[in-house]
Amino acid sequence: MNTSALVKEYFREDKLPHIWCPGCGHGIIMHAVVRAIDNLKLDPEKICIVSGIGCSSRASGYMNFNTLHTTHGRALAFATGVKMANPSLEVLVLTGDGDCSAIGGNHLIHTARRNIDITTIAFNNNIYGMTGGQYSPTTATGDFGTTAPYGNIDKTFDLCNLAKAAGATYVGRSTAYYAKQLTTLVENGIQNKGFSFIEAVSSCPTYYGRKNKKGDAVEMMKSLKDDYIDIKIAEKRPDLAQSKILMGEFYNKPDEEYTEKYQKIIDMLKKESYHA
Amino acid sequence: MGTPKMVVVNKEWCKGCGICVAFCPKNVLELVNEVVCIARSEDCIKCGQCELRCPDFAIYLKEVPENV
Ligand SMILES: Cc1ncc(C[n+]2csc(CCOP(=O)(O)OP(=O)(O)O)c2C)c(N)n1
Ligand code: SF4
Ligand code: SF4
Ligand code: SF4
Ligand SMILES: [Mg+2]
Repeated sequence: MNTSALVKEYFREDKLPHIWCPGCGHGIIMHAVVRAIDNLKLDPEKICIVSGIGCSSRASGYMNFNTLHTTHGRALAFATGVKMANPSLEVLVLTGDGDCSAIGGNHLIHTARRNIDITTIAFNNNIYGMTGGQYSPTTATGDFGTTAPYGNIDKTFDLCNLAKAAGATYVGRSTAYYAKQLTTLVENGIQNKGFSFIEAVSSCPTYYGRKNKKGDAVEMMKSLKDDYIDIKIAEKRPDLAQSKILMGEFYNKPDEEYTEKYQKIIDMLKKESYHA
Repeated sequence: MGTPKMVVVNKEWCKGCGICVAFCPKNVLELVNEVVCIARSEDCIKCGQCELRCPDFAIYLKEVPENV
């Protein structure tokens, strides 16, 4: 399906063009997510897209599925409610680095810990885009933000390591440049019955780019190409991996899923009350 | 051989970011007054790189019937 057909099929066309700035990576990531849904031939009626607040979180408003645009940081909490109430839904959370790792960091670790069947796609542009460029937990040490005018002194979260350590059963990273790989990771994440975390590295030319002299949208897109290397290549050729950031599938280890465990309790109690 | 394709632009949605121009391997595209323009369509190899990377769904390959 080409882009035009994809837009007709899966987007709220009357809401387009989207409000994201020229060259913002978020549009490419939203496109990749929808391509993954189309490739898997999922029933749109059975999909629920949940987002928080941020430029990235606006994606849910453009996508023609069941959608829930919630409050800042709480997308995963709402998504947990949706999935618990209706486990037959395929629940996807679209979130930002601020949304899921600053204000929503607690929700992220506990949703991962439960291994509930939710696929999270974190649009990581290393900044709070929507509110004008404050540093986030993924802003590199030394980089600038409106709240770090002399350079950020915080250490940086590796979102994939965080999700994996907390209990996610599928974890991967790609970038807006590697949109095809990103699509594959999202497909795999959706197919994993458990908590999947896909970090989609994005770009915010308007705030992060300008504040950090990273160049325009094109220059930032080139960095999303040149600064990354697939983990499989890096393992074979460590010489090529020097000073690059790893991407690809990091972890894929299915485990018992939360709503299924919960269903077992319901079934057990139903049996007991029947015999009582 | 599949159905022939041609690259088309939705100028209403193009925000002139230049990403498609920069990553087209055949230098087919240009920005004119901050809107993408298919300057050398004869060089297009229909690789779909522009479509893959446009953040605004504004450029894509369209199937065209053979007799057009
Ligand atoms: C409770 C609450 N606190 C703060 C805000 C202000 N706020 C809105 S979006 C945002 C950060 C968004 O950053 P991120 O999630 O990285 O999304 P981006 O805009 O970068 O895509 C903040 C702090 C809010 N809306 N609600
Ligand atoms: S402010 Fe940054 S993240 Fe938000 S739309 Fe603009 S470029 Fe994208
Ligand atoms: S399809 Fe390929 S060659 Fe043709 S304009 Fe797009 S990027 Fe260039
Ligand atoms: S990538 Fe899209 S928005 Fe950017 S210049 Fe090309 S057609 Fe326009
Ligand atoms: Mg952000």
